[in-house]
Amino acid sequence: MRQRGPGPPPAPAPADPGRAASVRVIAEELRGVRGALLPVLHEVVTTLGFVHEDDVPVIAEVLNLSRADVHGVVTFYHDFRRTPPADHRVSLCRGEACQARGAEQTYAVAADRWSASPDVEVAEVFCLGNCALGPAGTVDGTLHGRLSPDRLAGLTEGWPR
Amino acid sequence: MTTVWVPCDAASLSVGADEVADRLTAAGVTVRRNGSRGMLWLEPLVEVETPRGRVGYAGVSPADVPALLAGALDPTEQCVGIVDEHPWLAAQHRVSFARVGVIEPTDLAAYRELGGLRGLERALTLSPEQVVAEVTASGLRGRGGAGFPAGIKWETVRTASADVKFVCCNADEGDSGTFADRMLIEGDPFTLVEGMAISAVAVGATEGYVYLRSEYPRAVRTLRRAIDIAYAHGVLGESVLGSGRRFDLDVRVGAGAYICGEETSMLESLEGRRGEVRAKPPIPALEGLFGRPTVVNNVLTLASVPMILADGGEAYAALGTGRSRGTQVFQLAGNVARGGIVEADFGISLGDLVEGFGGGTASGRPVKAVQVGGPLGAYLPPERFDLPLDYEAFTDAGAMVGHGGVVVWDDTMDAARMARFAMEFCVKESCGKCTPCRIGSTRGVEVLDRIRAAQDDGVRRTQLVLLEDLCTTMTKGSLCAMGGLTPMPVRSALEHFPEDFGLPASTTEGVRP
Repeated sequence: MRQRGPGPPPAPAPADPGRAASVRVIAEELRGVRGALLPVLHEVVTTLGFVHEDDVPVIAEVLNLSRADVHGVVTFYHDFRRTPPADHRVSLCRGEACQARGAEQTYAVAADRWSASPDVEVAEVFCLGNCALGPAGTVDGTLHGRLSPDRLAGLTEGWPR
Repeated sequence: MTTVWVPCDAASLSVGADEVADRLTAAGVTVRRNGSRGMLWLEPLVEVETPRGRVGYAGVSPADVPALLAGALDPTEQCVGIVDEHPWLAAQHRVSFARVGVIEPTDLAAYRELGGLRGLERALTLSPEQVVAEVTASGLRGRGGAGFPAGIKWETVRTASADVKFVCCNADEGDSGTFADRMLIEGDPFTLVEGMAISAVAVGATEGYVYLRSEYPRAVRTLRRAIDIAYAHGVLGESVLGSGRRFDLDVRVGAGAYICGEETSMLESLEGRRGEVRAKPPIPALEGLFGRPTVVNNVLTLASVPMILADGGEAYAALGTGRSRGTQVFQLAGNVARGGIVEADFGISLGDLVEGFGGGTASGRPVKAVQVGGPLGAYLPPERFDLPLDYEAFTDAGAMVGHGGVVVWDDTMDAARMARFAMEFCVKESCGKCTPCRIGSTRGVEVLDRIRAAQDDGVRRTQLVLLEDLCTTMTKGSLCAMGGLTPMPVRSALEHFPEDFGLPASTTEGVRP
């Protein structure tokens, strides 16, 4: 769920001693671009799955920012997740245009179906730009239109509950 | 050999266009990929080249491919005839979207063949003052929602002196019900590149950024490819079309914050900070990105510029109505039978859009309301369908044209629930910098919950007074349009659909001051 304020508890330190080095390489590569912090964080999420608490001081040092600056940016944007992603992810649009086509029902069914699942994340999103073919959503990153609970069930066949 | 066009627009892909293209390729035909024509209810809309023109087939699935190639779909309803002659398209006036859906998005030769780069070439023969004068003469106003005259903004940046100036394109199209920026970038990205290059030439900028939202990964890919091609052909880089003038362009991807569509918040985000709104003044035209003079325009504003420079400002100003000149790209979305892109001259009526182009609701039930201009726009009942799409006419009606998105609802809509949703959305997406927006939206959700749960009239009326007070505070006290306009859907829902709030239809008079 998209919530402001204190986030989820930080993930346990990953058994990945190379992580800090990878983060440093990413930050150093992008250091030269204007306003480098967002591109760096995007790259960290793309290559390492999420922004770990321990990445913050590394990025801050390379970009010559304070840890508070980096932390502030990480926590402001929905895209910079701070926990490892689940195996599967369903993001369903709850914007007005999709609601007008019954998106709330699809969202409720999906949220309920995987509420206890550690393997599947259900997220709400506001607008994927597919507003004439709603309800819209992404299933493991692929955009779909004209979703319904049945169609979603078909697209996620074989997933754990 | 048969040539078949299959759209590569994200909306088309979302209903299976790639699978259709794969099947066609396997069948041995030449498959070319265009953007979408904007007739989204027909997607995937496959077009077969014939001597008469491109013939369209609607809603094609992979299983339809053998029948399509055998001509067996021709007598069915799936065949929509010559696409260019389709009445829905023929009734429009495509200016910014003239090439979208027609060409391969990153085919620079096809872009040139259909009039591309004429505007930039002409701009390079003019002085910067003359380029700005053309834009001013065209009457072009910002398409992002505020409708500020583009020429005045450009002139401010042009006359400012600084070591470096920027052109920033706001492509953080977060409003639900809007997708024109995405479709233009995915279908004809060179138009945006050219528009930005013209802007840079006019104001003396050497660097440009497109701030594109992360929810549009395909648009990011297409635009990056287009920019690479533009560099390779000398449209961008150290000497724009051999003029000796430098312009570098880069794409920056947003990170899932709606507020970054607000221009100062977008600038903060481009600088690598939290997307918190800045107080104005100073205006971005004087102190924008990294404190330098900066043009910030929406995708559709910049995409209108090539045509204005190619054909002259007067030609553009001849279109439209009142102080709303040119065309607007409207987007029909939500519960609508024929959703998609309608580019028309300003002045078309709301009813012509929703009933004429849109064909009413997709569910077949009566239209109850339309929300124009995104989540911060007003809900309007069919009784207001006579309103002309014109900035001033909408403002006078307590509504806004915004980015041109029109979301249609049928009679199952609960206006009180949507008023609450408007406040809830503001809670989730407020940047938190100013109190009326950050706290007011939370109080708004609570008050609306109490109104919706109220058992007796006294409680309801007390809460309605509170709600009105809160709306006034948010409207007058917020730093930007997020908090300032969230009351618009709330108040319009209450004004036009009081029965959904437990009020008799006649009591609305006293509610709005």
